[in-house]
Amino acid sequence: MKKLPTLKVAIVGTGNIGTDLLLKIQRSERLECTLFSGRSSDSAGIQRAKTLGVHVSAIGIDAVAENPDICDVVIDCTSAHDHARHWEICQALGKPVVDMTPSKQGLCCVPAIATYHDVGDELQNINMITCGGQATIPIAYALGRVHKNIEYIEVASSVASLSAGPATRRNLDEYLDTTRVNLQAFSGAAAAKVVLVLNPAEPPIYMQSTIYAQISSPDADAIHESVNRMVARVQEYCPGYELVIPPVIEGNLVTTTVKVTGAGDYLPPYAGNIDIINCAALEVLNLLAEAKHPLRE
Amino acid sequence: MKKILISDPTLRDGNHAVAHQLTGENIAAYCKAADAAGIAVIEVGHGNGLGASSILIGKAKVPDETMLSIARENLKTSRLGVLAVPGFCTIKADLARAVDLGVDVFRIASHCTEADVTQRHIEYVRNAGRSAYGVLLMSHMADTAKLVEEAKKMASYGAEAIIIFDSSGHYLPENVTERISGLSDQLDIPVGFHGHNNLGMAIMNSVAAVRAGAGIIEGTIRGFGAGAGNAQLEVLVAVFQRLGWETGIDLYKVLDLAQLAEKEFNPVAVTINPLAIVSGLAGVFSGFARPVAKAASDYGVDSRDIFFELGRRNAIAGQEAMILEVAQALAKRPSGGR
Repeated sequence: MKKLPTLKVAIVGTGNIGTDLLLKIQRSERLECTLFSGRSSDSAGIQRAKTLGVHVSAIGIDAVAENPDICDVVIDCTSAHDHARHWEICQALGKPVVDMTPSKQGLCCVPAIATYHDVGDELQNINMITCGGQATIPIAYALGRVHKNIEYIEVASSVASLSAGPATRRNLDEYLDTTRVNLQAFSGAAAAKVVLVLNPAEPPIYMQSTIYAQISSPDADAIHESVNRMVARVQEYCPGYELVIPPVIEGNLVTTTVKVTGAGDYLPPYAGNIDIINCAALEVLNLLAEAKHPLRE
Repeated sequence: MKKILISDPTLRDGNHAVAHQLTGENIAAYCKAADAAGIAVIEVGHGNGLGASSILIGKAKVPDETMLSIARENLKTSRLGVLAVPGFCTIKADLARAVDLGVDVFRIASHCTEADVTQRHIEYVRNAGRSAYGVLLMSHMADTAKLVEEAKKMASYGAEAIIIFDSSGHYLPENVTERISGLSDQLDIPVGFHGHNNLGMAIMNSVAAVRAGAGIIEGTIRGFGAGAGNAQLEVLVAVFQRLGWETGIDLYKVLDLAQLAEKEFNPVAVTINPLAIVSGLAGVFSGFARPVAKAASDYGVDSRDIFFELGRRNAIAGQEAMILEVAQALAKRPSGGR
């Protein structure tokens, strides 16, 4: 039993993201997973949840619809396509949703930059963008707060094949589109482009992303200060986040590479992509927990 | 008589050779002449295909839609092809527009072990009533059984042919024989081969592919393409003629096309330079040569060391960003860069 009053969380979708999130929530004092629901009763994730004594189901979102009191908040770890229907159901039930799919339907959130608090009290559908977005938008934002005139920003991410499950693969277009739209919005750049490569190398490669920005007369000192400050902020909730190549400036091109080493909860540490989006979601869930059961005066 | 379909990516792979700077005039002139020579499929675009113009790979001089419109206007009988790699392009932004612009053949590509990312794109193209081929990139990195498994996925999505790319120019003929035999034995759609010349094997490998059952062979004029270039189109036509294989291509006209390339593409001469040999040996994508050379000079390290280190790290196409990291790491070695 957890000592503090907890926020009750239902995880819908039992793939890599959902299962890793479950393990992270198990460690939290303030969050409790009261339902872990997928589509197949013998998925690896469901098996894992059973060994932890977590209540499981194989009827997906319907398990929430049939028993709404089971949770305070729903985490959607399915696919962008399924999210639209899931949000409709949750809205009718009055359940806030943290959306891990690249649907970009709700409020897009990067905890290092802004949280859901910034938009008032209405029922929240909070979108966590994409793993690549969580890793690179903080850097793009850090550049954008120094230079208001970013001409173009581009992100190239590579992740280990083993860390990209079937829904991620089916959602590749949504991944690119959602990351690009948010990259542009958060940095204020005039245009943006996103590339994703799945690498099957053995041993698996660690998640790595390079951010290219075209900025006229970049201010090296201000950029380094802003980026370092931002990296420290992300590290507060995702300790495996690091700068591999601090901003390199050549003419008007600023190149920065970040890497995420995962905590190794469900998948091994190479799956930093899973880790960073889940750490970001946890940050949001902790704020929701604080809103429900305030500890701070 | 054995019939071989020749697919010509000169105006796509060749873009790698000129840092994606092919002009609208180049495309118009080449399309007109290649069409007259009877080449079945002419592929056009940025070196990495639709939507790939980027800082990572290189910005194209001409936008995708302009390249495709110009090509379309200048092709009467040849079919217009594109390469599309999910992860670089999307259905909504790129494939839909290419359908509107009249592209006939969509070659939907993934790294050789990641075919499932092509499902929605192949299905989209087939539903739009166009041809979809599945392309397995960097195919030397998977064994025959794995290639067959991935090719079967693409076939199940609706691919009408499977092409394996020797993106690094790493194969020897016996490697090609083994893979193409396995694929043609176990698939009921045509199989094709796309060779690069890093180890001087592109023509021999193409011949081995046909002997093992390939029905589609790719080549570019003067070998114009990434790294050491591709199987040289006009040589393929001549060699296949000697072997008594029918390509439907007029020999004199394809030789004239090689003359035209001299005028249109600068520099047209793609040779097996020392770095291309290393890239072939290391099994690293040929298109890395330019950024590797630049990183080597920026950080004072040996470009050959960069290539072998990239090979050791199993870098695949699209991971150009890794080059800078490797160069920096090599520069920090106690022995210094060199």
